[in-house]
Amino acid sequence: MENLIALLVAAPLVGAALLLCGGKRLDRTGHLIGTLFSVASFALGVVLFADMLGKGAGDRALHQQLFTWIPVGGFRADIAFQLDQLSMTFVLLITGVGSLIHIYSIGYMEHDERRRRFFGYLNLFLAAMLLLVLADNYLLLYAGWEGVGLASYLLIGFWQHKPSAATAAKKAFLVNRVGDMGLSIAIMLMFTTFGTFAFGPVFAATDRAGQGTLTALGLLLLLGACGKSAQVPLQSWLGDAMEGPTPVSALIHAATMVTAGVYLITRSGAIFNAAPTAQLAVVVVGAVTLLFGAIVGCAKDDIKKALAGSTMSQIGYMILAAGLGPIGYAFAIMHLVTHGFFKAGLFLGAGSVMHGMNDEVDMRRYGGLRKYMPVTFITFGLGYLAIIGFPGLSGFFSKDKIIEAAFARGGTEGWILGGAALLGAAITAFYMTRVMLMTFFGEKRWDPAEVHPHESPKVMTLPMIVLAFGSVFAGGLFSINEAFVKWLEPVTSFAHGHSPVSATTVTAATMVVLVIGVGIAWGMYGRKPVPALAPRGSLLTRAARRDLLQDDFNHVVFVRGGQELTGTLVQLDRSVVDGAVNGTAAAMGGLSGLLRQLQTGFVRSYAVQMLGGAAVLVAATLLMRGV
Amino acid sequence: MSPVASVHSLWTVAAGAPGKIPAPHIEYAELSPTLIVLGAAVIGILIEALVPRRHRYYSQLLLSLVALAAAFAAVIGLAAGGFGSSKAHIAAMGAVAVDGPALFLQGTILLVSLIAVFTFAERRLEPAAHGEGASPARTKGRAWGRVDSFAAQPAAVPGSAAEQAAVKAGFTTTEVFPILLFAVGGMLIFPAASDLLTLFIALEVFSLPLYLLCALARRQRLLSQEAAVKYFLLGAFSSAFLLFGVALLYGYAGTVTYAGIAEVVSDGAKQIDPALAGTMGNDALLLIGAALVLMGLLFKVGAVPFHMWTPDVYQGAPTPVTGFMAAATKVAAFGALLRLLYVVLPGLRWDWRPVMWGVAILTMLGGAIVAITQTDIKRLLAYSSIAHAGFLLAGVVATSEDGVSSVLFYLGAYSFVTLGAFAVVTLVRDAGGEATALSKWAGLGRRSPLVAAVFAVFLLAFAGIPLTSGFAGKFAVFKAAAQSGAGWLVVVGVLSSAIAAFFYIRVIVLMFFNEPKADGPTVAVPSPLTTTAIAIGVTATLVLGLAPQYFLDLAGQASVFVR
Repeated sequence: MENLIALLVAAPLVGAALLLCGGKRLDRTGHLIGTLFSVASFALGVVLFADMLGKGAGDRALHQQLFTWIPVGGFRADIAFQLDQLSMTFVLLITGVGSLIHIYSIGYMEHDERRRRFFGYLNLFLAAMLLLVLADNYLLLYAGWEGVGLASYLLIGFWQHKPSAATAAKKAFLVNRVGDMGLSIAIMLMFTTFGTFAFGPVFAATDRAGQGTLTALGLLLLLGACGKSAQVPLQSWLGDAMEGPTPVSALIHAATMVTAGVYLITRSGAIFNAAPTAQLAVVVVGAVTLLFGAIVGCAKDDIKKALAGSTMSQIGYMILAAGLGPIGYAFAIMHLVTHGFFKAGLFLGAGSVMHGMNDEVDMRRYGGLRKYMPVTFITFGLGYLAIIGFPGLSGFFSKDKIIEAAFARGGTEGWILGGAALLGAAITAFYMTRVMLMTFFGEKRWDPAEVHPHESPKVMTLPMIVLAFGSVFAGGLFSINEAFVKWLEPVTSFAHGHSPVSATTVTAATMVVLVIGVGIAWGMYGRKPVPALAPRGSLLTRAARRDLLQDDFNHVVFVRGGQELTGTLVQLDRSVVDGAVNGTAAAMGGLSGLLRQLQTGFVRSYAVQMLGGAAVLVAATLLMRGV
Repeated sequence: MSPVASVHSLWTVAAGAPGKIPAPHIEYAELSPTLIVLGAAVIGILIEALVPRRHRYYSQLLLSLVALAAAFAAVIGLAAGGFGSSKAHIAAMGAVAVDGPALFLQGTILLVSLIAVFTFAERRLEPAAHGEGASPARTKGRAWGRVDSFAAQPAAVPGSAAEQAAVKAGFTTTEVFPILLFAVGGMLIFPAASDLLTLFIALEVFSLPLYLLCALARRQRLLSQEAAVKYFLLGAFSSAFLLFGVALLYGYAGTVTYAGIAEVVSDGAKQIDPALAGTMGNDALLLIGAALVLMGLLFKVGAVPFHMWTPDVYQGAPTPVTGFMAAATKVAAFGALLRLLYVVLPGLRWDWRPVMWGVAILTMLGGAIVAITQTDIKRLLAYSSIAHAGFLLAGVVATSEDGVSSVLFYLGAYSFVTLGAFAVVTLVRDAGGEATALSKWAGLGRRSPLVAAVFAVFLLAFAGIPLTSGFAGKFAVFKAAAQSGAGWLVVVGVLSSAIAAFFYIRVIVLMFFNEPKADGPTVAVPSPLTTTAIAIGVTATLVLGLAPQYFLDLAGQASVFVR
């Protein structure tokens, strides 16, 4: 079976190669080819999953060594794969949700001239993402990491004729570079410390490394995770990334790629477990981001940006859970999967709404759409219930566990983290209710003469329905008899936390904040009409609309600071470096001019110089003997 | 006197009874490369005398190519027969070595000469008649309708009516081929010479034809003749030093064979020749003699401070000759230098190494620095060749097998680059013939991208940029020098390379990033001969740059001198 692992990656890679190199002759069939390869990869994943279920929990992990990529002395980089329960979870999520979104895109991108290229990029993304989760060493993981970055860049800027899309792509790329740098330095540090970057040997050797090294490793990995998963302080790109086509937002910027940071931290659990300081940084980042994203999500009128804020916030939950160590890893991944379902569903729903509303994204110009697009309304609604943690739906199980684990960290930290997670749940309920009300309820705020809302074609609604099933049932299924936790335990290990408050209390508190959040939203957007133009709002609202001033901060600190720095360096370069270089060049030129004058053209002076040279040569030879 | 050194007793010791001169034992097969080339040169002279004019060009061309190819085949045969390694010995009564370095260098010289013959035979670049009153109609019926780079009538006084008439008539001569073969013959002996007299004779055998060839430019004949006279005078001057050095060494050792001198240097004189009782074993004679012989060889390789002739001669000589000289002479002279230092003077290396370090440094820096302000492409390449001589000297002073092999490799790599570069120079022409002023090369890349790109490859190889043979060679040489403990020599070498890179890259910038001038030169379309020469140059440059290991190994196997 292990020989099939490479095929998981190869299938979408072949698809991408075909679609991107195939040229115009594939224009008419390109979307089908892309979908086919994606589904093939999913089918293969299911086969491997079935095989894995048939084995005992201890020996489920598969390895496949393809070839040694770079053997140089003690440096050995292998193209080798590892398929264990954690990777398997991701494979199914990536290929499953990926295939659904491929299918959805057939309808969504129907009228786009460059649809073949779009599917090529999607396949490329799948291949890179699978490489990322299947790699058995950090270097290969990094290759996938950069690959998804590339695919993300290409897809955010897919409508490159729009300057905003091109800028957003560039922004995402640049911010991600910061994180990637952290990961790459981490890999180098890992190699100098352990002499390898294969998962197994590195994790086995953590006790040999000093606490300082481990902390540095953890912080660098966290930096990488922050970049890819849009966590504070590298969160600024995700909102702009919504410039990409909506299926891209659903697949890459909600369900899969942005969760790579969670994967990285969970996979590197052995390192983080041994570095408590780094773990503390992780939970702080998670807690801050889950509030940050939630607050931003409250103020956005652009439906995709509101959802993007929500994504950021939900990943904050996962990072928080992953930072809690063995009591949280499994719940982080569980929330990741359920979030993959309901957030992808919500984005596809948003895309469906936009599809019917002439690509309008401003929720203040929606309203009352539930009658016009019932399927979208129901699937979106189920996603909504799932994300706010409505009892019995997916989000309820996964988020509840995270909040519980946060309290279980113990001490003051536990209270702070648990409180933040609870507060986040309240805000989540608020902003999601706001989205729901502004879009599907209330009065029409659109002009019926111009816009004719309609339900999307089946090829788009079908994936939404499938995802809605996932949103409703996944969490419950996972929680039966702690199935998911037991499934992952051999990889991530698991410890029951000792919460200072009982699980029932936490659940009750969650329910209370849920009701409060929904209630406030109802009071603000359900009971009275929503103004078609955004009111000025409070200071916090205005700040949240500007993404809590993240870009202003970056501009002042990094852009201005960078400009100052480069300005100074340019000055330094001109005066000192260029001065030295030009000075040397001028000196050489002058010397050359001087020496050139020896070349008089007169053979007599040449002969004299030769005579002198001979005399010096003889004298020097004799002198050497004397010395 | 050692038993191998008997033939030269003819000159030095009063012979026994007259008429009883012993017949020398000559291994004809082992000396066949040299003999083939010299024999062909003699046949070439006969062709000049006996074959009708219209057939001479083709017969000379064919003869030269066949002879050089045959000689090369003979070298390969000898190498395959083990003469490069196990069977290496000194042939011709101790006069000529047949060993790895000799065969490697002879092979290189023969290949280089073969390509040089292509450029010598080029007849499509020059219009048949030029200057005032030239009429293209006259060219009808001549070989390819054009003339070569050599003087229409070398005996005519420059600027005279006779010369103008000869030019207008589109005369061509074919003596250059046998002259070239004679020079090649001398060059084949030079690196193999195993006694000082053979060394001197070989030096003269290849120098005299070169002086002649330098004087044969079709255009700018005064410049060409001036170059030839300068080369001749200074060459004679340096030969005198060399000969004087030979005399002093003989006085010291009582023999002129390399092996004999080496023995005396390391073990002291065993038998004192009564005629030399006052001088034998006197170290002053050894040191001065060695220095003077070295000087003669340093003159030939163009090392500072004996380089003054190089730019003038390179500029004045017909460009194919310059290319040949720059490549083949350097190979031969470095071969002789290596053998002298490694076979004769190893016991003396603590004396000559510091001196040679000094010479290497002066040569590297001098060549690179003065090249910066050159405005003529041929002079620029001349100074570049001086700088390269310095890099080669850095390998020579390594006094290790790696040093030898790196120099052998470098020589091979460098000669193809040089030949190719000068071949490209013959293509860039305006009304006055070759347009060698650098300013005229501005924007060449816009007009003739292919030719400019090829020249750029050669320049990058000169500069030692990776993926060209220049890098592999320079790396090998510097590595050998560093391993021999001369790390600072390598530092100077790298700095000189940096300086040199400046003017090489400047030419590339000039060609590709400057606007072409309105009255700029045109690139002539050559015959397949020059095209082949340039193509071989580029191929060798890239192959030796991309996959140097095979050739490095070859040079490594050929790096042991027979003693």
